[in-house]
Amino acid sequence: MSFPEPKPRGPVLPQKRLKTLDCGQGAVRAVRFNVDGNYCLTCGSDKTLKLWNPLRGTLLRTYSGHGYEVLDAAGSFDNSNLCSGGGDKAVVLWDVASGQVVRKFRGHAGKVNTVQFNEEATVILSGSIDSTIRCWDCRSRRPDPVQKLDEAKDGVSSVKVSDHEVLAGSVDGRVRRYDLRMGQLFSDYVGSPITCTCFSRDGQCTLVSSLDSTLRLLDKDTGELLGEYTGHKNQEYKLDCCLSERDTHVVSCSEDGKVFFWDLVEGALALALQVGPGVVQSLAYHPTEPCLLAATGGSIHCWREEAYEPESGTG
Amino acid sequence: MAAPDSDSDEDLVSYGTGLEPLEEGERPKKPTPLQDQTVRDEKGRYKRFHGAFSGGFSAGYFNTVGSKEGWTPSSFVSSRQNRADKSVLGPEDFMDEEDLSEFGIAPKAIVTTDDFASKTKDRIREKARQLAAATAPIPGATLLDDFITPATLSVGFELLRKMGWKEGQGIGPRVKRRPRRQKPDPGVKIYGCALPPGGSEGSEDEDDDDLLENVTFAPKDVMPVDFTPKDNVHGLAYKGLDPHQALFGASGEHLNLFSGRPEGTSNLLGDIGVNKGRKLGISGQAFGVGALEEEDDDIYATETLSKYDTILKDEEPGDGLYGWTAPKQYQRQKESEKDLRYIGKILDGFSLASKSLSSKKIYPPPELPRDYRPVHYFRPVVAATSENSHLLQVLSESAGKSIHDPGTQSRHQLNASKRGELLGETPIQGSATSVLEFLSQKDKERFKEMKQATDLKAAQLRAQSLAQNAASSRAQPPSPDVGHGSWHTALRGGTVTTKASNFKPFSKDPEKQKRYEKFLASMKRGQKDALEHCLDPSMTEWERGREREEFSRAALLYASSHSTLSSRFTHAKEDDDADQVEVPRDQENDVNDKQSAVKMKMFGKLTRDTFEWHPDKLLCKRFNVPDPYPDSTLVGLPRVKRDKYSVFNFLTLPETASLPTTQVSSEKVPQHRGPDKSRKSRWDTSKQEKKDDSISEYLSLARSKVGPLEQESSPFVNKEEVHMKESLSDKPVNKGVDSQAEGGDSRPSMDLFKAIFASSSEEKSSSSEEEQGDSEDDQEGAGEAGFRSPQEELPSVAHNARQKLEAPQKEKRKKNKEKHKTKKEHRRKKEKKKKHRKHKHKGKQKNKKSEKSSSSESADSSDSQSEEDTADMSPQELLRRLKHLPLQRQ
Repeated sequence: MSFPEPKPRGPVLPQKRLKTLDCGQGAVRAVRFNVDGNYCLTCGSDKTLKLWNPLRGTLLRTYSGHGYEVLDAAGSFDNSNLCSGGGDKAVVLWDVASGQVVRKFRGHAGKVNTVQFNEEATVILSGSIDSTIRCWDCRSRRPDPVQKLDEAKDGVSSVKVSDHEVLAGSVDGRVRRYDLRMGQLFSDYVGSPITCTCFSRDGQCTLVSSLDSTLRLLDKDTGELLGEYTGHKNQEYKLDCCLSERDTHVVSCSEDGKVFFWDLVEGALALALQVGPGVVQSLAYHPTEPCLLAATGGSIHCWREEAYEPESGTG
Repeated sequence: MAAPDSDSDEDLVSYGTGLEPLEEGERPKKPTPLQDQTVRDEKGRYKRFHGAFSGGFSAGYFNTVGSKEGWTPSSFVSSRQNRADKSVLGPEDFMDEEDLSEFGIAPKAIVTTDDFASKTKDRIREKARQLAAATAPIPGATLLDDFITPATLSVGFELLRKMGWKEGQGIGPRVKRRPRRQKPDPGVKIYGCALPPGGSEGSEDEDDDDLLENVTFAPKDVMPVDFTPKDNVHGLAYKGLDPHQALFGASGEHLNLFSGRPEGTSNLLGDIGVNKGRKLGISGQAFGVGALEEEDDDIYATETLSKYDTILKDEEPGDGLYGWTAPKQYQRQKESEKDLRYIGKILDGFSLASKSLSSKKIYPPPELPRDYRPVHYFRPVVAATSENSHLLQVLSESAGKSIHDPGTQSRHQLNASKRGELLGETPIQGSATSVLEFLSQKDKERFKEMKQATDLKAAQLRAQSLAQNAASSRAQPPSPDVGHGSWHTALRGGTVTTKASNFKPFSKDPEKQKRYEKFLASMKRGQKDALEHCLDPSMTEWERGREREEFSRAALLYASSHSTLSSRFTHAKEDDDADQVEVPRDQENDVNDKQSAVKMKMFGKLTRDTFEWHPDKLLCKRFNVPDPYPDSTLVGLPRVKRDKYSVFNFLTLPETASLPTTQVSSEKVPQHRGPDKSRKSRWDTSKQEKKDDSISEYLSLARSKVGPLEQESSPFVNKEEVHMKESLSDKPVNKGVDSQAEGGDSRPSMDLFKAIFASSSEEKSSSSEEEQGDSEDDQEGAGEAGFRSPQEELPSVAHNARQKLEAPQKEKRKKNKEKHKTKKEHRRKKEKKKKHRKHKHKGKQKNKKSEKSSSSESADSSDSQSEEDTADMSPQELLRRLKHLPLQRQ
């Protein structure tokens, strides 16, 4: 007797506010999930970086060592290291367990907007307001970056890394994709200063948000416009955007205190979550589950789907 | 010492303490030896003598620090808790009690120091001091001291005070007498006890002649203080040395205090009277003898007793200062008394002015001219026009002022160049820095066209903006120098001299700034005598010296500020000073059309630029990605080296730069692919090609077409060469010319330009005439051999300048044909002469030929120079060559 194929579950959106964490580290500049989505990092304006279990709301560790506010952070694939960049122009490599600074990469001329590990956490890519992306080698003790990508004409606001590509959005209104395998640089002109870029999870598209309150889904290979998503407000701040765990929806912060969900294909507004009164400056989407973290003010909010029941035992 | 004797007790006097009687059987005590004698202080501690007076202080344990056990702190008390009330330790905290006692190094008891000790004890000395001070270089210096004398007065003083005595009064019963004249009676009867009584009374008795009834006076005591009003800007009580007095010491009163003393009193200090004879020079002991002085005695004064007074004389009438030096005032008064004789009697209460009144200077009123009429006459106002200029001049001359010739006025404000203009000199060409002057007429025209175009654009823009402004009713003055600015920028592209820096320390003086920039430029070139070169030779030595200093300082300042600032700024993408700049090979295209594409939401090809990008090898390794360009050493975007301000930038319009980008995207549709080791980067093919920009691409294209032809021709060349040398037939020459003529239809290639510009053989080899002849030969040889003319390979690049150059060149080429023939005749003769030399040259020539055939970069045989020469060349040189371009193109 064979069971019928389970009916594919329809996409669910996180609508239930599960937890609100007051991070206690000033304004939360960024919130990031770790690689498997069990933990999250919050970057505070009080120079600290905190590791949380967002579902339980427990603070696991505080990483202090930055000289100025922390603007972005990322975790390595094996959860052993963290990297963060901040207003002190430094990129810091942390040891998760000990909380110690492993390396501090200095060289940026301006504050570091965004940091990313590569797939194997051997290189940190940091995009800075000094219009460069620097590739720092974590393996060697070299103080200089491996390579400096200085093609941007203005500050780099967002950097994303895939296995062989570096996607960078810059304030000069261009999305640049460095393809290491092909040895090519693709530069797509969007016009408005770009606040956030990300790859779709299938690696075929890039999502670009810019300061004209528009999100655009571009075909990665040709640069053609696949979709446009508007309705939110993004004119001043560097707000995050992302795609949902199964690429069904486009998610973006907004300056009016909401998080917007659009249907990826239709481009219709699916949901607008009212997170708080102020600007929702950062968000992170769980890699596998419909779980959203949104940072507003000094706190982060964890949202789950309606059907979610917090497990009592292990989390 | 007398010991008590038992026998004669009664009549003996005993002094001192007797020794204790010895007991029976006890040995007499030995006196303690000197080394064992100890002194103890009041607490019974041993005291060691260290110093002469108070025993010094003993430091620690036998002059070591601490105790017998060594240095141990008394006890450690943590100051953590009471950090707030921790006071600052002073030296006293480390001192012993002895040090703080009266005779220690830091006595705690308040003791009047010498400075403030009452001077009443030595009243006579005090008086003398006062007197000396009154005549001293700084008069009244002691006056202040007197005001601040402390109130430590002796009991006698206090007693006297209680009895009604006041400071300044004499002591004694009040006297009935008229107040004495201003004659000071210095310090005689202050303290009767201290003074010999006779003198003081005698002086008092003198004045007892005419008494006023019922009026008594305290005896006079105080010398009147001479308060002179302060009428200078010196500090209080300061009087500078009068140089006259100091140098010509004859009249120096303060230097020579005792010179004018009354007869009979002798000097206490040396024989200064000798100095009276001197007229010049600083006099005094140990000053040496000036050159103007005849005598050289008394430099090193030898003190002999004969110089001192040995007898007291009693000439001093009534003041009782026996043997004391006569104060100046006292003496002066005597003189004034002498003067009285001339004036007559002085009223009571008045004294003769010591200083004569300075007479007011009276200036007489100006003398009136003889024909002066005290009525104002208004002159008619004449408008200055061309007709009445003469009249105007006459009028103004009559008014006493001549119209200033603009040339003659302010002779001193003119600089050298202006003066030169006035004198009708032609300005020196060498100092002219504008490259415009070196440009040929055509280029100037082209510039003008550019300017006009930009002007037109600017005008249009301005019109637009004006319209907008009018719409928004915002008045904004139109910027008149928009076109001018663009003209400037166009110029600046060509002028290397003005590029240097915008740090202009001498911007007020353009000439000087020009010189300074020249100096900087030559400094950069590494000339050591840069300063000397760029200074204006017409300046005086002093001016030059000053400017030299200024320039070097300014240069230093610029450099240092540059270095300090550089820490704050990132590097410029382009070095200001380098002649060559690394330009990204592919530029992101113009934004404008992209913007419109974005507006129309036509993302895709219109908005996408694709570049070749070289990741770092290590980055590829870290990303686990094969290096896409395994043979490339490049990192990042490919870059080309391009002359920053070269003539080629004028010749090649920016379109050429943007052309290849589209090519890249269209030619290459790169796909994901595995590692391909054999693939080579286009940019790594050869270094030479990397240097020249997009032209090289065309070259390579053309080369591939011409390739076989070339190969054919190269053996031909050799053949021809041999042939030429042996038979000197005309045939190959014709061929060469023909081939050139064939190529003449197309434009001259960039190679040719390069070759011309890159050749610097003229300068290098023209040291001797013979060599030059050789190089000429070489050039012609190249023409004869029919070496592939570079024209053939030139693709049509749309370019105005070159097309313009084209037309006259064609004509010239025909002429050149004629010329060539005549030259040939000439050359044949030459050839014979130089056959010998030519053989020597053969090897060289061959080498060059082979070079050419391989690289095909240089058409001119004489330029085996690399392109670096162009970089080293000055723009003047380049432009000069540009001017001679058509002639060399044969």
